[in-house]
Amino acid sequence: MTLLRRTVLALAAATALTPSTLLAQETDTAPIKIGEINHFKRLAAFAEPYRKGIELAVSEINANGGVLGRPLEFLFRDDQGDPAEAVRIAEELMTRDGAVMLTGTILSNVGLAISSFAAEKHYVYLASEPLADTLVWGSGNPYTFRLRTSTWVQAAMLAEQAASTDAIRYATIAPNYAYGTEAVAAFKANLTRLKPEVEFVAEQWPPLFNIDAGAEAQALERAKPDAIYNVTFGTDLAKLVREGTDRGLFDGRDVYGLLTGEPEYFEPLGDEAPEGWFVTGYPWYDFAEGTPGGDFVAAYEAMFGETPKNGSNVGYLTGLSVAAAIERAGSTETEAIRAAFEDLDIPDTPIGPLHYRALDNQSTLGAFVGTTELNAAGEGVMVDWSYKDPAPYMPSDDEIRAMRPAE
Amino acid sequence: MAFYLALFLTGLANAAALFLVASGLSLIFGVTRIVNFAHGSLYMLGAFIGVTLMQVLPGAVGFWGAILLTGLAVGVIGALVEIVVLRRIYRAPELFQLVATFGVILVIQDLALMIWGAEDRLGPRAPGLRGVWRIFGEPVPKYDIVLIAITPVILLALWYLITRTRLGILVRAATQDREMVGALGVNQAWLFTGVFALGSALAGWGGALQLPKGGADLLMDFNIIGTVFVVVVIGGMGSLPGAFIAAVLISVLNAFGVAFLPQSTLVLMFVVMAAVLIVRPYGLLGREEVAGEHGQVGAPESPIRPYGPRGIVLTAFLLALLASLPGFAEPFVLTLVIDIVVFALFAASLHFILGTGGMVSFGHAAFFGGGAYAAALLVFHTDTPMELAFLFAPLAAGLLALAIGWFCIRLSGVYFAMLTLAFSQLVWSLAFQWRSLTRGDDGLINIWPADWLNGPLPYYYFTLILGVGGILTLRHIIHSPFGYALRAGRDSPRQAEAMGIDVKRVQLVAFALAGMMAGLAGGLFVFSKGSVFPTELEIAKSFDALIVVFLGGVKTLAGGVVGASFLTSVEHWLTRLEYWRLLLGLVIIAVVILMPEGIVGTLRRQALRLRRADEEAPR
Amino acid sequence: MTEILRAERLRKSYDGFLAVDGVSFSVRAGELKALIGPNGAGKSTCFNMLTGQLKPTAGEVYLRGTRITGKPPREIWRMGVGRTFQITGTYRSMSVIENVQMALISHHRRLFSFGLRAWKLYREEALEFLRTVSLEDQADRPCSVLAYGDLKRLELAIALCHRPRLLLMDEPTAGMAPSARIELMQLVADIVRDQGLSVLFTEHDMDVVFAHAHHIMVLNRGKLIADGTAEEVRSDPKVQEVYLGGGTLFKEAGRA
Repeated sequence: MTLLRRTVLALAAATALTPSTLLAQETDTAPIKIGEINHFKRLAAFAEPYRKGIELAVSEINANGGVLGRPLEFLFRDDQGDPAEAVRIAEELMTRDGAVMLTGTILSNVGLAISSFAAEKHYVYLASEPLADTLVWGSGNPYTFRLRTSTWVQAAMLAEQAASTDAIRYATIAPNYAYGTEAVAAFKANLTRLKPEVEFVAEQWPPLFNIDAGAEAQALERAKPDAIYNVTFGTDLAKLVREGTDRGLFDGRDVYGLLTGEPEYFEPLGDEAPEGWFVTGYPWYDFAEGTPGGDFVAAYEAMFGETPKNGSNVGYLTGLSVAAAIERAGSTETEAIRAAFEDLDIPDTPIGPLHYRALDNQSTLGAFVGTTELNAAGEGVMVDWSYKDPAPYMPSDDEIRAMRPAE
Repeated sequence: MAFYLALFLTGLANAAALFLVASGLSLIFGVTRIVNFAHGSLYMLGAFIGVTLMQVLPGAVGFWGAILLTGLAVGVIGALVEIVVLRRIYRAPELFQLVATFGVILVIQDLALMIWGAEDRLGPRAPGLRGVWRIFGEPVPKYDIVLIAITPVILLALWYLITRTRLGILVRAATQDREMVGALGVNQAWLFTGVFALGSALAGWGGALQLPKGGADLLMDFNIIGTVFVVVVIGGMGSLPGAFIAAVLISVLNAFGVAFLPQSTLVLMFVVMAAVLIVRPYGLLGREEVAGEHGQVGAPESPIRPYGPRGIVLTAFLLALLASLPGFAEPFVLTLVIDIVVFALFAASLHFILGTGGMVSFGHAAFFGGGAYAAALLVFHTDTPMELAFLFAPLAAGLLALAIGWFCIRLSGVYFAMLTLAFSQLVWSLAFQWRSLTRGDDGLINIWPADWLNGPLPYYYFTLILGVGGILTLRHIIHSPFGYALRAGRDSPRQAEAMGIDVKRVQLVAFALAGMMAGLAGGLFVFSKGSVFPTELEIAKSFDALIVVFLGGVKTLAGGVVGASFLTSVEHWLTRLEYWRLLLGLVIIAVVILMPEGIVGTLRRQALRLRRADEEAPR
Repeated sequence: MTEILRAERLRKSYDGFLAVDGVSFSVRAGELKALIGPNGAGKSTCFNMLTGQLKPTAGEVYLRGTRITGKPPREIWRMGVGRTFQITGTYRSMSVIENVQMALISHHRRLFSFGLRAWKLYREEALEFLRTVSLEDQADRPCSVLAYGDLKRLELAIALCHRPRLLLMDEPTAGMAPSARIELMQLVADIVRDQGLSVLFTEHDMDVVFAHAHHIMVLNRGKLIADGTAEEVRSDPKVQEVYLGGGTLFKEAGRA
């Protein structure tokens, strides 16, 4: 009996001890491996388009001879949305599977966990999708780079538009977690700076993906705001739009929506998509053929038989950024890649030139802003949109230096 | 005034779907005593099937017909789950079935992703019910009014079914006394299947009915399950009117919470649940749990004994193997073993109160995460030396457990479990919302060990010594007079009290001790990962531990440790595959069906059988 | 003889129903006293108030002059009162001897020791108690496989562990074969004689009662209707009324 019980323990340990089958072969033609960690299952709706974007980039890069003459390969690993799990996988990817750097995550907390771990272990980490600005500012470190447009910048773009209207009384609604609070704080800071007389008359904080939209709409209505700033997304957004529209919440009010125009969140609304909201998003449908953006859309549709999401774009840019950095580094050594990322220039991407600032390791990916409308086919689209460069909306270099921990 | 009325109506409308799902869960628990974690998954299936059917069937008839058909379809799925999985394990220890339902959750998640894809589906509108009616000038969506009207009808229909039909009589009889049903000459297996199907159908209807207010997405299952459990517990497990009252109570309170305390919505219902349970330990309309109902099903445990010489030699051999591991294994294996040891200690601490103490905690993560946070906060805010901060982890977690345990130990069974869950949610919300202290879900980062420990090798030995030390300490305590007193209180509280044992005090000390050990695991964890986030305090974390304890075997001493090693290893290997959740779910279900006493329990039984066969063999 | 236990006007009501209605009696040192009465007379309720499982609605209980009304069972146990239950409450997951050791651990106030090995503690002493009830052969068997009669004897051994001055036994022979009943009660009577302790017990089997009890009390519908020697009780008209007649019918009632 005891013997058997012990054997089980030994067996359990043995499963963990099976030698790796995938010891990286360091030859000239072996693929360069990138460890991509994401919540592919937990946030499938957002992670799948992102993954496809990477796959498209990788297939194009490898068709053009790869990186440093070697093919590029992404190892996709699922972390279940658990920061601790992500850290373990990061360790495994780097020490066992032969990855040369790490990318990925959507959830900010997972991104922060990997970032902290990467700094400690000296691994390069490109935080492709996490939204929290603290990744590159308050908790920034030399080994973490961030691709996605910062929340601060996108909120500032909306605040700029809001400041140009007569609205004084603002209500905000944002999911009750770090991104939501950061997005509201950024909007408030920018708007009050531009127009000190504004008032914030209501702040609503529904739990993420568990909104009670009816009650939220009533609470917003009760505050009688002139304008509403929305940070909810996904199913929360759909429910809020539905209840709000039915109850006339948005009638005669300006509405600003952070990320609202991204196809991930806007497309599911179908013909119930709200009109006249000023939003950030990704208007792929307007990209003309022959432009870099249009070519990306065409290639994506050809490869996957579906239209791209914002995540597809970020994923694609992730692939390009990694390839460019390694190409520039001329090697797969961590320190070389890290140095190559600083002030890295990628001239041709679907959104134009992309740059990684040495100042804070943040990319110069901007944002598309525009007004929502229903098109003839009854689909929600962004019109009168423009692509805005983030530079004017960034805090000053000195402010950023003050935020970043000393290197 | 009109505003309050409108808000109240919103709450009532929200109660409709909640009540449907909760009544199904309550019914299933009342009759089969299964705590069905997969109930949220059935609700999600209802939403997806409903959307699909509504796209096929046109018009108002199609819409309402689709809802009806959805319930039937989900009912059939529920019946299948019952027949294929649950029927085989009714004789397993109480609450063991929840492990199987957890496997079902994983399977359904991946199947739904395969069938319907990742994108969220917006629910179709109810034909003719778009827009609002005005009540005292306040807009109230038409569909809300319909939902408000439907809910009492459903309650009445269920009431009729339960009180006026033969099925109802059987259900009530089974809720009172399971054995009695057999005496009534009824095939218990089919009654259980029928009830499970009905409960599932109710969840399916709930999912379909909420479509015009929302839609179908892959996160629905976990999003509703917490609320549903809260409703069922507040109402009293097994009570349909209780579920109704609680669904209305929670929904209306929530609507008012949104309007007047917008930040409170994360914890409001858990505060309500804790308050209700402290005042009324069996919920509003629940009945008292019969003593010994929990942990006493199935064959009794055999007496325990510390390892004999052979066991000690084998343990020593295994420890020597682990100690010499850095000599031949690659570095990553050390990381994995650290994770396994940490999780095994966490699971062993839960096993201590669950197995030896008979106290099923659904909120054990509060102490794991609590310990991790205690150490991390000290390091983050005060730059306390790691060695000191580390000591603080078990200390703080133990004190926290003492405080929480003081409230919880007066309850028992599922109600005890749910009160621990409520408190762990409160701790979670503190970590989540007290941003100035904890940085919210940005977490506390850069929490690394002192220099002399900072490296894979020193930290590996550090974890090995303290982790294994903790596990062995717990084992030792199980064999000590205190451990025996704890077991006495579990086996027969009345007898224990009648022989001078202060059962509640013994349980409280055990609870605090388990909290301390969980906190030690949390301390080891935080310095190995370098960061801690509110995820470590989540319900999912508590359930991870719960599942490995059951998987390993509640009525064995090594169950928690073996279960943790097994699940961590399997999970680590499977997650690299595309549909890993499906596979993991199937693995869990397979283990549950093949080894209803847990891995260790079943292996031990097999070994005993072999030995007996040897002895009986003719010489 | 000195008085060990005294109950004064004990009363227990449940939602207006009086289960025990103003019962007063006493138990003296070295006495083997029975409490009898038809089903539902309030015997178990009465017992449960004496040993703390139930709080009386009114009335007092004194143990050797000390008021113990409403004290929790464990404190009353510590004051030297043993108790066995109608439905046995042994520890199923322990061996026979460990059940006894558990009581000894509690008696020696070692409940909160974490370092010792419980199964080694007081083993000899426990064996001694098992010998008293002739269970020493089964000492290391799991308690869960014990025959019912053996369980009853084990319970007796457990109840003797803290050397009580007073033992309360609720239906000690219920569910046993007639021969085993006599045997067990003979054992109890021997213990009473050897150790000088007092026993108060309830019992259905009138043979057992009249063979062993020094004094008998009769409870009916919550009221004490008789308290005296076997002969006094047997001839009490109120008792005969309750049991529908004279001495011979007592046996019938016992089987009912």
